[in-house]
Amino acid sequence: MENSLISQSFKNAKKEKRPALLTYIVAGDNSKKKSLEILKSISNYADICELGFPHNTPIADGGQIQTSAYRAIKNGIKINDIFSIVNKFKKFKKNKPIILMGYYNMIYQYNEDKFIAKCKNSKVDGLIVVDLPHPENKSFAIKCKKSGINFIQLISPTTSKLRLKKIISDSHDMIYYISMLSTTGGKLKVSSKKIIAEYRKIKNHNKTKNVVIGFGITEKTIKSLKKADGLVVGSAICKEITRSIKRRQNVVTNVTNIVKRLKNKII
Amino acid sequence: MKLKKNIPLIDQHDKFGFWGGKFGGSFIPETLKKPVEDLTKEFQRLRKNKKFIKKRDYYFKNYIGSPTSFVKLENLSNHLGGAQIWAKIVSEANGGAHKIYNATVHALICKAMGKKYIVGDTGAGYAGKMLSMAAKKFGLKCKIFMGAKDIKRQKPNCDAMRKNGAEIVPVYSGSQTLVDAVSECMRYWVSNCDNTHMCVGSTVGPNIFVKICGWSTTQISRELKKQLMKEFKRIPKKIKLINCVGGGSSAYGFWSEFIDYNKKQVELIGVEAGGPQRSKLHAAPLSKNAKIGILHGAASYVCQNNEGQIHETESISAGLDYPGVSPIHCFLKDTKRARYTYANDEAALNAYKLVTKFEKINPSLEPSHAFAEAIRIAPKFSKDTIIIVNSCGDAKKDRDILKERLGKN
Repeated sequence: MENSLISQSFKNAKKEKRPALLTYIVAGDNSKKKSLEILKSISNYADICELGFPHNTPIADGGQIQTSAYRAIKNGIKINDIFSIVNKFKKFKKNKPIILMGYYNMIYQYNEDKFIAKCKNSKVDGLIVVDLPHPENKSFAIKCKKSGINFIQLISPTTSKLRLKKIISDSHDMIYYISMLSTTGGKLKVSSKKIIAEYRKIKNHNKTKNVVIGFGITEKTIKSLKKADGLVVGSAICKEITRSIKRRQNVVTNVTNIVKRLKNKII
Repeated sequence: MKLKKNIPLIDQHDKFGFWGGKFGGSFIPETLKKPVEDLTKEFQRLRKNKKFIKKRDYYFKNYIGSPTSFVKLENLSNHLGGAQIWAKIVSEANGGAHKIYNATVHALICKAMGKKYIVGDTGAGYAGKMLSMAAKKFGLKCKIFMGAKDIKRQKPNCDAMRKNGAEIVPVYSGSQTLVDAVSECMRYWVSNCDNTHMCVGSTVGPNIFVKICGWSTTQISRELKKQLMKEFKRIPKKIKLINCVGGGSSAYGFWSEFIDYNKKQVELIGVEAGGPQRSKLHAAPLSKNAKIGILHGAASYVCQNNEGQIHETESISAGLDYPGVSPIHCFLKDTKRARYTYANDEAALNAYKLVTKFEKINPSLEPSHAFAEAIRIAPKFSKDTIIIVNSCGDAKKDRDILKERLGKN
């Protein structure tokens, strides 16, 4: 999958000597229409867009993303709607990579093969499944690869050396490094220096893999981690959506402004 | 799918942690892989360690107060006619419920692993109360996650937790009950797994937690087996072991020593929470044929919609008010070793009324579900059938609900 849109995005960012910016929003937050609008607008600044498929018992998400997910579910988002959002988005910007992220039960209920086929049809580029760790995810990851979809492996500060090796060797174009022991949206409790040191350990195993860092990244912290191949911002964006809704302000404009500011900090 | 003999059910899983190839497993975020692996190794080591077993048995006897008594409910049996009804009064255990076994073992493991903090979830408040007791006993700092709705309806247990020095963390997300408490507790563990041990309050969650809990509650059936031999000189020809099932920890503990018996000799009956008569909501994934899903790190029958969103549940009994169930009960269901049914809120309340009218025991709303089934079937059998109900919790915690629904103090 060397020529995948995901790899391509990292190459483009590297040419500009900056990390790739990855954004995360929950599909259907706060409506199908609105989340597509947000996606279209922030894709002008983000290199890769992650789209969460919301689950009502998320065991690894903090308050901000939970709030977004509950809001989306309450507003009636269904899995097929999520695929239709991706479809519409890809008609608008076919070269911008989209990664779907969520929990395994949704895929399991939809049926693994059907889910992957649907991803392929709607041109999803990658998948992150939070609660399907290595090595349990091996067969699913292989199925993804066969359909040209990147299965993105996660690595955390608790990952042992032995696991690290195995996970990297089974990974595709991109690896997600979780910066600290935390759910999403926690305050960055580890120094950037330490995070980058851990990040290097992964890179040293295999320089060709694109490694992104996520969890705890905000406007305040993003600059200090700019040596990474890519940086993911999720909760900070979801928080802005909640804030804008509360204040009855324009969600699309406000979220786009945040993403613009994030991008400016890493150029 | 087949049960094996002479191997504890908790150990009959494959290398990925699945019972019957599809129930259980460990669907956990990467961050928890290491702590779960460490815990798995430690538990494997400890359960073979004679010193640890001695310690466990010492605390089971001197701290928990084993064995709990096994009594015939003479008046209730006479009133109903038919089968003999007996009860194992597990609620005599220190703290008033079976949850103390799991809590004590987790506290001992936490100590052995050199961790100073312990966290746990609770629904009815018993798991939380017991964990707070065990934490206090063994000098551990304790946090309990509990749904805001449950905090309101199970106040006596909350008072006990606070008295034991535990911090109760109210959970306001979702339905504000056990399901949300477990999620929040897991999220806390994700963030603090370096210095904190997590206790899952029932035989649910990632594989290792099912095993530890089942290993702990097995004490109930070890005692019962001896008590049966003493009372009847042998294991009687026709026994029915009736137990309520929420997560399923007391049922597994009550049954584990009898699973190898022929089901014609020892029938296992699990009673889930059917919810209010007039409500569509319930907490009975086994008996109302829910589909398999993944909840809190394990695959089991789960109350959910077609998309995989977990359903809200409703039950008068906070301890049974949970959309999932232990993978080992799913395995017992599919192998047809156990039979699962449900009792609704009203049936449980009526059972409570009847049992307390005739007998000097005070079963909480959870085992009242099991009594409801015993009362229903007892008249259909003759005296040579021995029905045994696990009275696994004491109704002190339910005083507010009972007062409201039955006008009782």
